[in-house]
Amino acid sequence: MWSGLPKRSKNKMERPELPSYLKTKIDETASKMKVDKKKLLASATEEYLSAQVEPGECVGLVAAESIGEPGTQMTLNTFHFAGVAEMNVTVGLPRIIEVLDARKTISTPMMEIYLKSPYNKGKDIKKVALSLKETALEEVIKDLSISIADLTIELTLDKEKLKDISMMPVTVQKLIKAGVKELNMKIKDDLIILNLKGKDVHLNQLYKAKEKLKKVFIKGVKGIKQVLPVKKGDEFIIVTSGTNLKDILKMGTLIDTTKTTTNDIFEIHDVLGIEAARQTIIIELRKVIDSQGLNVDMRHIMLVADIMTNTGVIKGCTRYGVVGEKASVLARASFETPIRHITNATLHGEMDHLSSVVENVMINQPVPIGTGLPGLITKIKK
Amino acid sequence: MENEPTVHKKVESIQFSFFSPKDIKKMATVKIVTPELYDREGYPVDGGLMDTRMGVIDPGLKCRTSGANFRDCLGYFGYIELARPVIHVLYVPLLLILLRCTCRECGRVLIPQNKIGKFTDFLNKVEEESGVEMRRSKVKDVITSIKTVNKCPHCNKKQMTVNLEKPSTFLENEKRISPIEIRTRLEKITDDDLRVFGINPEFIRPEWAVLTIMPIPPVTIRPSITLESGERSEDDLTHKLGDIVRINQRLFENINAGAPEIIIEDLWDLLQYHITTFFDNDIPQLPPARHRSGQPLKTITERIESKEGRIRHNLAGKRTNFSARTVISPDPMLGLNEVGVPFVIATKLTVPERVTEWNIAYLKKFVEKGPKKYPGANYVARPDGKKKKITDETQEQLLEEIQPGYVVERHLMDGDIAIFNRQPSLHRMSMMCHRVRVLPGRTLRLNPAVCYPYNADFDGDEMNLHIPQDEEARAEAEILMQVQTQIISPRHGLSVIGAIQDSISGNYLLTKEMILSRQEAIDMLYQIGVRNFSKLGRKEKVTGKDVFSCLLPDDFNFKGKSKKGDEVIIADGRLIEGVADSNNLGGEAAGLLLRTLHKKYGEEATVDIIEKFCKLGIEVLFKRGFTAALADTDLTDEGTQKVHSVLEEAYTRVDELIDQYKNNQLEIFPGRTLEETLELKILEVLNKARNETGKLVALHTRPDSHTKIMADSGARGNIINMAQMAACVGQQAMRGKRIEKGYTTRTMSCFRKGDLKPAARGFIRGSFKSGLTPSEFFFGAMTGRDSLMDTALRTPKSGYLYRRLANALQDLKVEYDYTVRDTNNKIVQFTYGEDAVDVSKSENGIINVERLAEALKK
Repeated sequence: MWSGLPKRSKNKMERPELPSYLKTKIDETASKMKVDKKKLLASATEEYLSAQVEPGECVGLVAAESIGEPGTQMTLNTFHFAGVAEMNVTVGLPRIIEVLDARKTISTPMMEIYLKSPYNKGKDIKKVALSLKETALEEVIKDLSISIADLTIELTLDKEKLKDISMMPVTVQKLIKAGVKELNMKIKDDLIILNLKGKDVHLNQLYKAKEKLKKVFIKGVKGIKQVLPVKKGDEFIIVTSGTNLKDILKMGTLIDTTKTTTNDIFEIHDVLGIEAARQTIIIELRKVIDSQGLNVDMRHIMLVADIMTNTGVIKGCTRYGVVGEKASVLARASFETPIRHITNATLHGEMDHLSSVVENVMINQPVPIGTGLPGLITKIKK
Repeated sequence: MENEPTVHKKVESIQFSFFSPKDIKKMATVKIVTPELYDREGYPVDGGLMDTRMGVIDPGLKCRTSGANFRDCLGYFGYIELARPVIHVLYVPLLLILLRCTCRECGRVLIPQNKIGKFTDFLNKVEEESGVEMRRSKVKDVITSIKTVNKCPHCNKKQMTVNLEKPSTFLENEKRISPIEIRTRLEKITDDDLRVFGINPEFIRPEWAVLTIMPIPPVTIRPSITLESGERSEDDLTHKLGDIVRINQRLFENINAGAPEIIIEDLWDLLQYHITTFFDNDIPQLPPARHRSGQPLKTITERIESKEGRIRHNLAGKRTNFSARTVISPDPMLGLNEVGVPFVIATKLTVPERVTEWNIAYLKKFVEKGPKKYPGANYVARPDGKKKKITDETQEQLLEEIQPGYVVERHLMDGDIAIFNRQPSLHRMSMMCHRVRVLPGRTLRLNPAVCYPYNADFDGDEMNLHIPQDEEARAEAEILMQVQTQIISPRHGLSVIGAIQDSISGNYLLTKEMILSRQEAIDMLYQIGVRNFSKLGRKEKVTGKDVFSCLLPDDFNFKGKSKKGDEVIIADGRLIEGVADSNNLGGEAAGLLLRTLHKKYGEEATVDIIEKFCKLGIEVLFKRGFTAALADTDLTDEGTQKVHSVLEEAYTRVDELIDQYKNNQLEIFPGRTLEETLELKILEVLNKARNETGKLVALHTRPDSHTKIMADSGARGNIINMAQMAACVGQQAMRGKRIEKGYTTRTMSCFRKGDLKPAARGFIRGSFKSGLTPSEFFFGAMTGRDSLMDTALRTPKSGYLYRRLANALQDLKVEYDYTVRDTNNKIVQFTYGEDAVDVSKSENGIINVERLAEALKK
């Protein structure tokens, strides 16, 4: 593990260079407002240097305050319409909590699917959208019944609906056969008759088979429950409820894989990696905070996202996540479940080096943060 | 203090480990043998639970170990020898893992010798990635993957499955393993094997978790209280310990008497129960031990855990001396960074001042006045640290005694430093440093402009005041926490302090259209402390804008927007165009005027200007008069007529929609049901109508009415509030829909079933002035209750979120190389915020290059 103070150059404290965004901004403004670029650069650099953080600043706490304080002003109302019934988005405080907890299953998974030209101009948008939607057999059935006398299931397909998703009845039949293996299939014109293999068929079994039949996967992408074409800017995109980033990204001919995204952080992590997950946390927090009309600086949100992801896995701000992995026993104990932490500490013979805040508060010592950070070395007169 | 060398000790680290039986015996001062507490005289019994060798709690007694009295003696542990070993509940999960994963005969881990190395490496990796607890559960997994063999790979003995019958009985093939047996098995486990489990044998041997002797905590941590009746009431822990000792004695006696096994077993179980509840009285499978009154005993775990427990209540949060708390009230004549302190408090709170040869005369004056007269002093501390209260008797003597090196605790005086705080302390602006102003009255006073950062109002709010007691604390408070240093919020880099309420109305009126005589203007400006009237010019009549300009620095340039969206231009320190309203004067992160002032002239100047803005606004209202009246909401006849027709029109439109719906002529919105489409359309029509009335109210009430001025200037309220008073309250919505709840298909029994008309679904047609019908009133109450509930539920939720965030992030800090690191020196960010900019030093999070360019142009 790394220890000791960061190395510094001998001459003077190194100032970070001007960030690139600021440089371009200076260039732009200089030409736009017709001022001398060098002078502007000089004054902007001065301004930038004077706005640097002080070493020792407890930026973590400031970030926590900046996100926690407006939390009291957020709405608790969970749902908000996004155009279609059944298509809701969790907003406000519940969503913030969900993101910061790093919940594995979120209450309203959603995707924003960007399309390649010409689909993004609106060509066949409805058809494309519907082709993504997960369709189960029950959605394309006109009639489904159990004939108790013959102990068979009778089923008629809805041809119009099949046409909507551009599928042939034959392919559906094949899918049925593959999907429910315990059934034999006979076809009489439009009617599909199914009966259970083997002897001694119980009605119960048949009923179970019927339920299974209903859920047979026909078309689309698994997990995509609703689709909705939306115009965003001058581009058509598809908003979905339910996500399946991995399979969607495979459809490279149709979909703009560079922009398509989901709001499920873990899915992003699995498919695109931890950096992308960090970015998603930032975007999701930003979305909620902006939608509530609150003003919280980006740096705070980034810091929270960084602490949640800096070990390479997503950790929530809970006793199992970030807090649970602190080095200090007392810091963990002061959060939640102190007894568990203390008993575990005895097993390992853990040593608390009192290097963070709460432990020092507990034993009435100055905290090594902010003004408590620097030590003073002086010669004592003897 | 001066003569003695001061020794500053620092706790470097704290080691956690488990007491071995040896340790317990070694640290104990007494062996407890009797459950009795006191003898007939009320003196603690030797060998009893209150033995004076374990410390004392009576002021009259002396500790027999240290010889000190109850104040100085921290207390000492005792011990009891248990007749039979007992399992420590908190370590049951560990014991279970160990019993399952080690051989019942030879005590080795059930991993073949040649594989141990491999698995240890694997487990070490697991531990590094996800902590010790994960490691321990992984050991189980590893073993289960091999365990199928069912034979010890070391001694080839057959293994049996060990099960746990909660809370603390271990079973092997349905047969109970006695703690004695468990202990002998655990003893056999080698130190090296323990390391596989992530257990450090230097600090704990698993057999220690089966207690053979038990430490008795010192008397001082379980003090008894004497009731008014003279009766003693013992602490919960003492009660529990009494039970343990009593049963233990009985068990001893029975064993010695050779009692039948059943009786011994029963007593053993009872002892186990008592010791279990002594450690944790909240175990799901056990009935909690109770007082005679039926209330559960608070034993060790309960003392430590939860918000009221030792850790969060006493260790992580502490109570302080030198603090005051009372109701707050506003005083716009105070400076922004001042706090008005009542005399009563000022004579109680003190500031220590060290006597030197230069200030001895000055400090003697305070001592002369004594504690009752202000400004006096309450205590004098000698160099050796002994404090003496100043009373009529001691006064004379102390006056003579005082010499350099003494400390006088004098009363609070104007200009002293104090930290002012309002709970909940959600951000750092909830605790700011103010200067004391001692004032008559009984409340703490603050400038209304600092209400926003504290989130305070004056409906009975109380606030806390703390007086730092040494130079270091005072310096930190003064440099880091004073109000002027906190003007810019670190949340977004905008001003959180600014003029509010009347101050805004006043400035708005002044800058909008007021024309004053020169005399009036000068009076006003002089009143608020402005002495430079050059901006008024030589005119006899001056405009309000000129008066306002007098507050601005001469070289100040600003371009911004007013609340209405009009331009506000300040050139060379003169307000040329626009009005001063909440968008530019207000706090709450509204406009950039204050932010720009702060950037350009620094915090002191900004505080000065904000103070003057506030006072000027109020001064204007003093001159002009300002009252909200019922007549403010009077509409002209034409207005009333128009409002009526607008609402009538909306009603007919809704009726039409309902008809269309019934005849199935409604055009359905894509993705919606018919009903939803209807609801949306109706809602749209009604909201439009309400907004329409809002506009009408704006047009048809007196334009100069004070209510309207308040809304226009952004001081308080908005035009919709006014419309609700004057014309129509509007649709009451719950969860974004019209009200649907109540009876089946109707909201109240006075409506027809399935009635979709506005009135039946929560549209309030009346205004607050004209009055509401009973059903309208009820609808209003419904939404009112709903929003109350929302707030009540939200507060604890967001509070918990905040606590978790703070706990997760609290020890991140910026290092000297601008990286953000945690306490292990692990890097979280390579550069803070990717550009190392402190938000509270930025302008709304950015470096404002445009402003700089603008400045270069000039």
